[in-house]
Amino acid sequence: MAEERLLMKGNEAIGEAALRAGCRFYAGYPITPQNELTEYMSRRMPEEGGTFIQAESEIAAINMVYGASAAGARTMTSSSGPGISLKQEGISYLCGSELPCFYANIVRGGPGLGNIAPAQSDYFQSTRGGGHGDYRVVVFAPSTVQELVDLTILGFEVADRYNNPSMILGDGILGQMMEPVVMRESVTYDPSGKTGWALGNSEGRERHMITSVRLAPGTLERHNVHLRKKYLEIEAKEVRYELYEVDDADVVIIAYGTAARVAKSAVTAAREKGGIKLGLLRPITLWPFPTDAIADLAKNKQDILVAEMSFGQLYEDVRLSVCGKAKVSLLAHTGGGLPTEDEIIEAAGKCVASSEPVEIYPVLE
Amino acid sequence: MEKVFGKPESLSDRPFTYCPGCAHSLVHRLTAEAIDDLGVMPRCIGVASVGCSVFSDLYFNFDFIQAAHGRAPAVATGIKRVKPDCVLFTHQGDGDLASIGTAELIHSANRGEKITIIFVNNAIYGMTGGQMAPTTLIGMKTTTSPLGRQAEVQGYPLRVCELIRELKGVAYLERTAVNNPQNVLKTKRALKKAFQAQLDGLGFSLVEVVSQCPTGWGMLPADSLEWLEKEMGAYFPLGVFKDAKAEEPQEVA
Repeated sequence: MAEERLLMKGNEAIGEAALRAGCRFYAGYPITPQNELTEYMSRRMPEEGGTFIQAESEIAAINMVYGASAAGARTMTSSSGPGISLKQEGISYLCGSELPCFYANIVRGGPGLGNIAPAQSDYFQSTRGGGHGDYRVVVFAPSTVQELVDLTILGFEVADRYNNPSMILGDGILGQMMEPVVMRESVTYDPSGKTGWALGNSEGRERHMITSVRLAPGTLERHNVHLRKKYLEIEAKEVRYELYEVDDADVVIIAYGTAARVAKSAVTAAREKGGIKLGLLRPITLWPFPTDAIADLAKNKQDILVAEMSFGQLYEDVRLSVCGKAKVSLLAHTGGGLPTEDEIIEAAGKCVASSEPVEIYPVLE
Repeated sequence: MEKVFGKPESLSDRPFTYCPGCAHSLVHRLTAEAIDDLGVMPRCIGVASVGCSVFSDLYFNFDFIQAAHGRAPAVATGIKRVKPDCVLFTHQGDGDLASIGTAELIHSANRGEKITIIFVNNAIYGMTGGQMAPTTLIGMKTTTSPLGRQAEVQGYPLRVCELIRELKGVAYLERTAVNNPQNVLKTKRALKKAFQAQLDGLGFSLVEVVSQCPTGWGMLPADSLEWLEKEMGAYFPLGVFKDAKAEEPQEVA
């Protein structure tokens, strides 16, 4: 399909972008706040000649994706936190077997059943692998519906490039809101790069075996080191972030996704008021993490304020990046709470005023 | 000279690593013979499960994938929908299929996925050392039912064929055994019929093979064959539970 300018809901935009990236297999299970994506795929996937399956569970869905990916298809699933928890075993198998896939976590408040309000509390689950064993998935953090589109398409490309899952870490706001988007032209997906390993008719070639079992002594360790090297390459090549008004900033806010949208407005508002000069570093990939860019802020002796919709998860990666060489403070909402512009500007004032890092939980104030 | 007996083409040269007297290797061989007879070897894709048969991928000469515990039917579903011309089968034990994988079993059957499940029911978790399985008989001692399985505590042995026979998506369903030559031949016929149902596009097919596990049962192989006949046979009746082809309305002459 040709490039179009559309007004789309975030969840549906992910679905359309996936189809245009050549995704022809989707398996999912209903969960709020991502249902529009599953519904969209149920209607559009057959139109494109692909397969849509409403699976009996999230566990079955990710294992269908495992099979479809093994057969060489561009494939995806989507869910929200509790469902992604169930999918973690399958994601671990995909990583262990080096199979690509793409998935979206439209995050809701946790832990447990939590609520259906937007949150960022699945940061650790996403960036640390999330399931059992040594592995990583590439985590994209869009902050607009346009980025949902662009990073979905990129997500499929990156997954295929490294034979590893990649994902979007969104939230209920991004999934539910409508924005104008430029929907890119459909790509012609060429599966020929997968003919060396994909399952199919084995006539006239060596048979293909896909597995994550490596019982013989030393084989799993060697395989995991191979994975590690791949992950180091991803860390070297795939880091993405945005800098906004950082150069002369007294306090640099580090935020992603919905929290970064609020932070950007706070930067502009504070500068218009002529108060503290704020800047923003917005990670677009959460793993690989923009460690070097954040370390540079520390070298410049800039104060750092992490604004996130979780209790200090992004904060931990920022502190690891600066290694004690900068004052890192935290403004945290959780369980569906959202930061406001005023809270961010006020928190930045507290950062500057304090010689020690501060941790601010507005719900307690 | 005419060759009258040999190793099936579908089997690899890898020696089986199952315990002495185990039925898994026999079922693998019959699977390979059925596939050879139907002439579909290159289009076959196998799905290995978790348990004793976790390495079943090693023993065949066509593409294979290893699935998470209980998830083989979902993995097979994903492959079959992408490659509808391929012949998909899973090889699963009782813990994998009838305990942790019941949801995937029932729903792949109910969707009428055009896949074949080869279900080896030996009433025990062999790989992990002889724990109680969903199909462990009442009174049977295992490492997690040391007093013998009690219905009021551990429930009843699950009869998979009886459970799924009512599902409309099921095209072929048979329970067999491999404890004597007659049953071995019947099992091969059942496997061919199950694969044929898939090839004919009729829907889901499953062959349950009631199997001996001398190691897990703590018996000599010969004794295990006798015990299977007497004890397993009484609770798990052999026979065809469903055959969509036979049920098709016949044209009146």
